[in-house]
Amino acid sequence: MSVERHSLEAPPELVARRRRGKVFQYLCLSATLVGVVTLVVLLADVLIDGVAWLTPTFFTEFPSRIPARAGIKSALYGTVWLMGLCALISFPLGVAAAVWLEEYAKKGWLQTVIQTNIANLAGVPSIVYGILGLAVFVRWMVPFTGGRSVISGALTISLLVLPILIIASQEAIRAVPGSIREASYGLGATKWQTVRHHVLPNAMPGILTGTILALSRAIGETAPLIMIGALTFIAFVPDGPRDQFTVLSIQIYNWASRPQPEFQHLAAAAIIVLLMLLLSMNALAIWLRNRHHREW
Amino acid sequence: MSERAIIEVARGAGGGAPVASLRGARSRTAKEAAIGGLLFAAGAVSILTTVGIIAVLVWESLAFFRRVSVAEFLTGTVWTPLFVPQHFGVLPLLMGSVLVSIIAAGIAIPLGLGSAIYLSEFAPERLRRFLKPVLEILAGVPSVVYGYFALTFVTPLLQPLVPGLQLFNALSAGIVVGIMVLPLIASLSEDAMNAVPRGLRQGAYALGATKFEVATRVVTPAALSGIVASFILAISRAIGETMAVVLAAGMTPNLTLDVRESIQTLTAYIVQVSLGDTPFGSIEYQSIFAVGLLLFAVTLGMNVFGRWFLKRYREEYA
Repeated sequence: MSVERHSLEAPPELVARRRRGKVFQYLCLSATLVGVVTLVVLLADVLIDGVAWLTPTFFTEFPSRIPARAGIKSALYGTVWLMGLCALISFPLGVAAAVWLEEYAKKGWLQTVIQTNIANLAGVPSIVYGILGLAVFVRWMVPFTGGRSVISGALTISLLVLPILIIASQEAIRAVPGSIREASYGLGATKWQTVRHHVLPNAMPGILTGTILALSRAIGETAPLIMIGALTFIAFVPDGPRDQFTVLSIQIYNWASRPQPEFQHLAAAAIIVLLMLLLSMNALAIWLRNRHHREW
Repeated sequence: MSERAIIEVARGAGGGAPVASLRGARSRTAKEAAIGGLLFAAGAVSILTTVGIIAVLVWESLAFFRRVSVAEFLTGTVWTPLFVPQHFGVLPLLMGSVLVSIIAAGIAIPLGLGSAIYLSEFAPERLRRFLKPVLEILAGVPSVVYGYFALTFVTPLLQPLVPGLQLFNALSAGIVVGIMVLPLIASLSEDAMNAVPRGLRQGAYALGATKFEVATRVVTPAALSGIVASFILAISRAIGETMAVVLAAGMTPNLTLDVRESIQTLTAYIVQVSLGDTPFGSIEYQSIFAVGLLLFAVTLGMNVFGRWFLKRYREEYA
């Protein structure tokens, strides 16, 4: 055996293999950083374009043909209306569906069908929900919804976020250990008593986190709302659920699709507002998750 | 159980009046059944949604196909529904969607897979805790914002590099859609890699494999079903992507493979019609349902296939 074999140096073949590994590792790191850099560039681009247009009047004025006088008042009110109604509709429905799937449904074809169906619905493009909303809520249910109204939009967006909300709530319910249920049954509680007093309170932080994340998806939705006709010139604030409306994302689209640079700046300013709302919702969700996180 | 305990439990139920004895058991059973029924009804809303989507799409499409033959729709190469002479050949729109998805996949698959491998095999824990939320935020940025970004940043950036690049073009749209679906591939693939048991990695290390060899020849093949499923789901998402494409790729139905030109996707056409004042019942109005049905069928098919693939080819590590 040669002397080199006994030295501590790795054989050249292994050195080459390790070098190849290092190169690969840096390639993978760069791939990851592309995402990070894109996010930074995107935020910087929007801030540079829009921050100067974030004046107090931007929040208090209605949209206008004159860029300097245009604002997002109607869009902000519309967004709050839409989110509020959407939360009122989707939260009880989503949690109830999750409770049924996790606690009540017997293992069998019915549960499998509904579960598979929810997974499939989560993958349906949002614009298809817009088509559904247009045909069912805007046209068919017009005596109830008033046509192209906030409630039509909220119902459409609720159907869109329901699968996300149900899946998140199911995970939260599943994380509640079985021993808690058994203790409750052991004391003679019925199924609903067990669910209401033990399972749901313990799962609630997780459910709320999922709800906020689902709503943060809803707040940026644009295409389905264009379908149901939220893209009109709205220079008023909705008074009730059957009123016409516009939302931030639609206002952004409206401004971004115009060629004049002033409107591009307005779009950027509105994007800043939208992203701030979105990030605060995400921050709230993360805070909630960390605060109430419990190890069983 | 003592009667007293039963009373306590019944009181605890809230809502109804306290039940004083076992005689209340029947009403309690009835209440339980009613609640079970209500909860089931909430679950059934999802079934109603699916039925509603299919019924609406098929119903209005049937009206459309009474005026335009299915063959003309699926094989025609000219799409001019909004001016005379009207032609309803969907291929230009389908081509637009496919073109954007190919560009998006070209961006998202290598970058997403690279990110997944880095996060699962190489990243130190602290860096991972920073990178994961960043990718989550990237996935959460609304589509319309990506559209703005493509239009005002990506296209001007590319114009000096790609001669002949139009203001509205498939390339920028494809790139931002790729960035949008990248986190989906990264997180689903990473999940699949994390599910590969530690023992497999340790076995490979014991045989003298380097980290690179473990990542590419052990972990990636073992997680392949999850990785491929993530590609399929991401491409399906790219086909259904709307606002970024509407803003960046324009509204020109164009049967082309030239990524520098303006095109129109299936989704963008649906938006274009909704932007106008199209009367209910007109053929233009009905055409969005036919296009929507095609879009729904394609994306649903890919999603079902993706999940079937995940199940069928998953290695079970007990």
